[in-house]
Amino acid sequence: MKLSPLWISLKIAVTATVITFFLGLLAAWGVTYLRRAKHVVDGILSIPLVLPPTVVGFLLLLSFGQSSALGQLLNDMGIHVIFTWQGAVIAAIVISFPVMYRGARGAIEQVDEKLIHAARTLGMREFTILRKVILPMAWPGIAAAAALSFARALGEFGATIMIAGNLPGKTQTMSVAVYTAMQGGNRSLALQWVLIIVCFSLTILILMNYLTGRGFQKHGRGRKKGGQA
Amino acid sequence: MRLEVSIEKRLGAFLLKSEFAVEQETFALLGASGCGKTMTLKCIAGIEKPDRGRIVLGDRVLFDSKEKINLPARERRVGYLFQEYALFPHMTVRQNITCATKDRDYADELIRRFCIQDIQNQYPAELSGGQSQRTALARMLATKPEVLLLDEPFSALDNYMRTRMEHVILDLLEEYQGPSILVTHDRNEAYRMAQRIGVMEAGMIVEQKEKRAFFDHPGSVAAARLTGCKNISRIHKKEDGTWFAEDWGLTLAAPLQGEKALKEARIDEVTHVGYRAHYFQYVEDKTDDDAMEEVLHKPCDRFSCQLERVIEDTFSVVICFTVQGNLSESPDALMTWVVDMAKWTKVKERVLTGSFCLRMDPERLLFLAEA
Repeated sequence: MKLSPLWISLKIAVTATVITFFLGLLAAWGVTYLRRAKHVVDGILSIPLVLPPTVVGFLLLLSFGQSSALGQLLNDMGIHVIFTWQGAVIAAIVISFPVMYRGARGAIEQVDEKLIHAARTLGMREFTILRKVILPMAWPGIAAAAALSFARALGEFGATIMIAGNLPGKTQTMSVAVYTAMQGGNRSLALQWVLIIVCFSLTILILMNYLTGRGFQKHGRGRKKGGQA
Repeated sequence: MRLEVSIEKRLGAFLLKSEFAVEQETFALLGASGCGKTMTLKCIAGIEKPDRGRIVLGDRVLFDSKEKINLPARERRVGYLFQEYALFPHMTVRQNITCATKDRDYADELIRRFCIQDIQNQYPAELSGGQSQRTALARMLATKPEVLLLDEPFSALDNYMRTRMEHVILDLLEEYQGPSILVTHDRNEAYRMAQRIGVMEAGMIVEQKEKRAFFDHPGSVAAARLTGCKNISRIHKKEDGTWFAEDWGLTLAAPLQGEKALKEARIDEVTHVGYRAHYFQYVEDKTDDDAMEEVLHKPCDRFSCQLERVIEDTFSVVICFTVQGNLSESPDALMTWVVDMAKWTKVKERVLTGSFCLRMDPERLLFLAEA
């Protein structure tokens, strides 16, 4: 059994999660300032969550393919997205973004509004408030969202196979490897990958539960204020 | 420093219309919950945006809808003491204060001043109500605010702590060089802490007065109720110039003093009369010569009462009664007389027979208008 799909999967998922983390967090923070357009913007940012991954893959192919302006531009710059691991990263970012964005937004909205008002009257700038008040208060939820979006990126299949293909040692991830092994009639190899993926996902879910359950335990022995979890 | 507020804000069916000015003094906004007191503070602090109007602090315009000025909260230099204090739970007491100022020495001075040195490394969840409030006060002053807004500062404290924190806040207000606004629903608190009182009802300031005048001549029914006047009746002037209190079923003997009171209260149209529960005088029946003499001078200020209920309080007794012969079905027909324990032991026997006599001091009648 060649382990290359494991390393490729991890490389893609880690890279994608780092980028998604910041994008999703900033988007979540930005959306809390919107008033009227909130629902529309939220819908647009969340749509990859409900679209079939193949549709996302198709749209990515359209935008990054040779015939598109963006694809041509990248091509001229020597960056190749189609059938490369970078392409798989893009797919993973798009697919895992809504998970990060929605989770982070939920965590940020949980922060007591009064604290943010207090911070404003104390003269803090909005970015300082994000850094000093919102992030420390919301970090368990944000970390949980990051863990979940990592899991989503790791398990990505549909969009990845459409944009990055199935090149062993190059773009073949674990989930693609399961599919390939089954197609080739190699049930035991498929099962091995399945077990590895299940272990990974379970670990991440347990980690996430630990993070969300943690809350402010380190600050309050006994009495908790404001009903925070 | 002077704070001028004149704002309007619509929230669904609710219309907030606040208009007042505060000099270097404490101004209490008194009103029931949901009347718009806190919303007014939030508009001043820049947390909420009024639809219309103008807020000026000293020579700085904080908000002006016509000139499209709306200074962000962080530039307004407003000290806001939130209900429940809104301390940052993930910061220690010290960090809560230093996050608002870069001046370490000043932070140290504030920590000393509010006696929180010993708890400066603790987190808010570990503090008592009084300690939380001291921390919140120190944090509020750390930005050197030009106006203080205190939102129900004592609502989260128990009785004992309330008395102690009242001293702390009174000291602070006396020392503070600038206007301060205290929001409360407790008339006694407003009276103790403020120099002037404004009454809010359904989003409007219906009354604005120096505090003594406020309690002596509340003017409106809402203000009288807020100052704790328990007996209020509708009233009309009869043809012979005397007043008839409809709910009490009583002709009042005080046209002259009444007119004087009206002038003081500056009311054009009197609709109600009020009388404080503490001001009734117990009179013995015709056996009491002094009372008889008074009765001869001022007819009709004495009346017979029918006992309805006695409620014993810690240091006083509340006696609910109706005027004998009153046929009114109105809930305001039930009147309240409060006596202290010492007095109660003297009159107890007679009152508990079910009928007794009381006198109303005409000078103390409150002539009121429906706001």
